[in-house]
Amino acid sequence: MNQIIIRFLVGGAVVSAFAIIGDLLKPKSFAGLFGAAPSVALATLGLTIATEGASYAATESRSMIAGAIALMAFASCVSWVMMHYKVSALLVTICSLPLWFGIAFGLKYIWLK
Amino acid sequence: MQIKVDPSVIGQTRWYEYAIRFLFGGLITAVAGIIAKEFGPGIGGLFLAFPAIFPASATLIEKHEKQKKEEKGLRGTRRGREAASVDAAGSAMGSVGLLVFALIVWQFAPRYSTWMVLMGGTVAWLTVSVLMWHVRKRV
Repeated sequence: MNQIIIRFLVGGAVVSAFAIIGDLLKPKSFAGLFGAAPSVALATLGLTIATEGASYAATESRSMIAGAIALMAFASCVSWVMMHYKVSALLVTICSLPLWFGIAFGLKYIWLK
Repeated sequence: MQIKVDPSVIGQTRWYEYAIRFLFGGLITAVAGIIAKEFGPGIGGLFLAFPAIFPASATLIEKHEKQKKEEKGLRGTRRGREAASVDAAGSAMGSVGLLVFALIVWQFAPRYSTWMVLMGGTVAWLTVSVLMWHVRKRV
């Protein structure tokens, strides 16, 4: 339970810090780079290595490659839809989440078996 | 195009907008750990690149850009959408850097010290992301 609370607090702080850096920067295309910062990974991998060992963290990182490819597709889809259609950011981002799940899990089971 | 720091954004953001991002960031970090414990690191690792705060951040950008235009007496709906779209395009470029980060941790975590691997991965993420951004600007 303690570890979950620590993860929550550290994760919240690191993710917020990267988000604030992104907010401060201009142009928006550059600021957007921080939307794909390794914030969750930085918050969690240190603790994972300390508690579960380096090879466990390495396995997580291998899967993270699939997650990153899925994030690229997700962000590209959100960008394209928002540029071409009159829909709100909240609607597009939430409706595009199944794309992330499909690609991440698809790559995990096909490529990273 | 020059990269600038605009501190005025800090004042535009409400406390609950910071709190929402903290909450979602914290939740996904905790949930990624729980999923890894329940289903193994192969599944948990996927969530290290989950776009947890993306909906909140994109909504925030859309709202702020819209407000800026409306303060000048213009309708800012389109501008807000375009700004969120451009930000998302930046995130797509940053994802390439994130992939390199994951690759570095995967390859080097078992052999080198934690801080060195995480620091090296972060520097690689930033370098690759900025490089991608510059290349995209020139094309």
